[in-house]
Amino acid sequence: MAPVTLRKLVKRYGALEVVHGIDLEVKDREFIALVGPSGCGKSTTLRMIAGLEEVSGGAIEIGGRKVNDLPPRARNISMVFQSYALYPHMTVAENMGFSLKIAGRSADEIKTRVDEAAAILDLGHLLERRPSQLSGGQRQRVAMGRAIVRQPDVFLFDEPLSNLDAKLRTQVRTEIKKLHARMQATMIYVTHDQVEAMTLSDRIVIMRDGHIEQVGTPEDVFRRPATKFVAGFIGSPPMNMEEAVLTDGKLAFTTGASLPVPPRFRSSLREGQKVTFGLRPDDIYPSGHGLHAGDADAVHELELPVTITEPLGNETLVFTQFNGRDWVSRMLNPRPLRSGEKMRMSLDLSRAHIFDGETGKALAG
Amino acid sequence: MDTNASHRLRRRLLKAAHFVGLFLAMAVICLPGLWIVLSSLRPTVEIMAKPPVWIPETLSLDAYRAMFSGAGQGGVPVWDYFRNSLIVSVTSTVIALAIGLSGGYAFARYRFKAKSAIFLGFMLTRAVPGIALSLPLFMLYARTGIIDTHFSLILTYVALNVPFTIWLIDGFFRQVPKDLAEAAQIDGCTPWQAFWQVEFPLAGPGIASAGIFAFLTSWNEYALASQITRSVNSKTLPVGLLDYTAEFTIDWRGMCALAVVMIVPALTLTFIIQKHLVSGLTFGAVKG
Repeated sequence: MAPVTLRKLVKRYGALEVVHGIDLEVKDREFIALVGPSGCGKSTTLRMIAGLEEVSGGAIEIGGRKVNDLPPRARNISMVFQSYALYPHMTVAENMGFSLKIAGRSADEIKTRVDEAAAILDLGHLLERRPSQLSGGQRQRVAMGRAIVRQPDVFLFDEPLSNLDAKLRTQVRTEIKKLHARMQATMIYVTHDQVEAMTLSDRIVIMRDGHIEQVGTPEDVFRRPATKFVAGFIGSPPMNMEEAVLTDGKLAFTTGASLPVPPRFRSSLREGQKVTFGLRPDDIYPSGHGLHAGDADAVHELELPVTITEPLGNETLVFTQFNGRDWVSRMLNPRPLRSGEKMRMSLDLSRAHIFDGETGKALAG
Repeated sequence: MDTNASHRLRRRLLKAAHFVGLFLAMAVICLPGLWIVLSSLRPTVEIMAKPPVWIPETLSLDAYRAMFSGAGQGGVPVWDYFRNSLIVSVTSTVIALAIGLSGGYAFARYRFKAKSAIFLGFMLTRAVPGIALSLPLFMLYARTGIIDTHFSLILTYVALNVPFTIWLIDGFFRQVPKDLAEAAQIDGCTPWQAFWQVEFPLAGPGIASAGIFAFLTSWNEYALASQITRSVNSKTLPVGLLDYTAEFTIDWRGMCALAVVMIVPALTLTFIIQKHLVSGLTFGAVKG
């Protein structure tokens, strides 16, 4: 049983504060992803949990026990590094059994547990090789094997897939998910890739500049982003966003174009209020094309010229010109399109997001 | 002749030329050594002959016999010199390595004030010609009464070698990714264990080469040793070579024989450690 709790956690390097007192409760056996752009403090936070960075303020608890000043070895954690960090002078088996050897376990026990882990990760035939003789994907699996063998309370992953090519990344991602189902351990996973975060985790923590922007399930952060930043960060392609001012009961954009106020926000917005309007590509689609069950009076139709298209096979991303810039939309079951072609697009305003123009916080509709 | 054949021929010719070139370079490097070995085995007349006698007519081990027959019979106390050399070189190498290991690790891993200034300072000591130190050292040691002792030589050689070993070992520790020590600590190691189990073996080739350099410097050093040593108490082999010069004569054959005696242990050591130098520690720890 190992929940992980961060209380007002702070990290400072000299005068520079990089993590500003974050609070987080990771439940036992939960898979949580810390995600955010480079320099947001996610790796630093993970390294503090691991004990590789000193805590400047606040507290870290693992399994209810404060671990701030415990060395990494006393925290019963495993970590998979971005660089894999395999010991080059040891074979795969020695790498995987190293923690047990240090703990003074018997050779028999080490062998049994290494073999078990090797079976889970299909590494049996590689046990006598050295890391230099392995491919990137194999090294990655050995690094995970080394983490498993230790049977830790908490697994920490520091961008473990970023050195793999796209295809392998998908494969190993699935393996990590299976591993979590099997190990039933708490896992904290740092990544800058929102797809990894969405696909793997029970909950996602989105960080920015040393603060937590939002914590929620993948569905939460996608459907109900708490801030403009989260809305822009989660989702691919990113949400279409535009600054607007509520004028004459409409959302007036700076260039003069306007849209009706989405129904849910009609009562809450004031005249003259500055906001950011956001609509996901999924909620803009060619009228009468594909399956959409939008609320009929919330759908707003516009005739827009196509600028470019990005065909992906099962769908095509259509960039249409509106209000002086390209708005991305998604066309399911696509048909070939030409640049400049005028298309009737439906904007499902019931799915629109409105953020406060000043604070960037989502407004409740 | 088709182009394939002509290219093949050219490649073979280039390869042959490559070998010839390498052989010539090797010959230039090895010839003096060979000449010393040869000279230690031939009579003085032949060594001094003009024009030189390339192919020796008679070979004998007389010089070696005389050398090991002990002082008093025209020999030189080789065993004493050898013992002195060994004690001084091994001890100073071990100490220089211990300091170099700690220093190199600190420079590679930790941040501290005036780090680059200190490092530069160490390197600057290398810019001082060793002989310039001989007079101050002589006076210092004479006053403190440690002249003509192993201790004074060891002290000198440690000071001489430490900057270089730190510099060399620092470079090797920099090549060992920090992640590895961190991974080891997460795997249950204390920082001390992480160092000995992971970082030390990986920096092994660097430490070995630093050791060879330190040993050879101490083993071959002449200028300072000739000032600091006085008697068989502390005279090392290079200083012992001078015993073969008399007022009007130089016993070239004896000198060469002693040189061979000096070269053999150094060469043996290098051969033994060379295996570790090129052990091909193929890195596969991190991507790349």
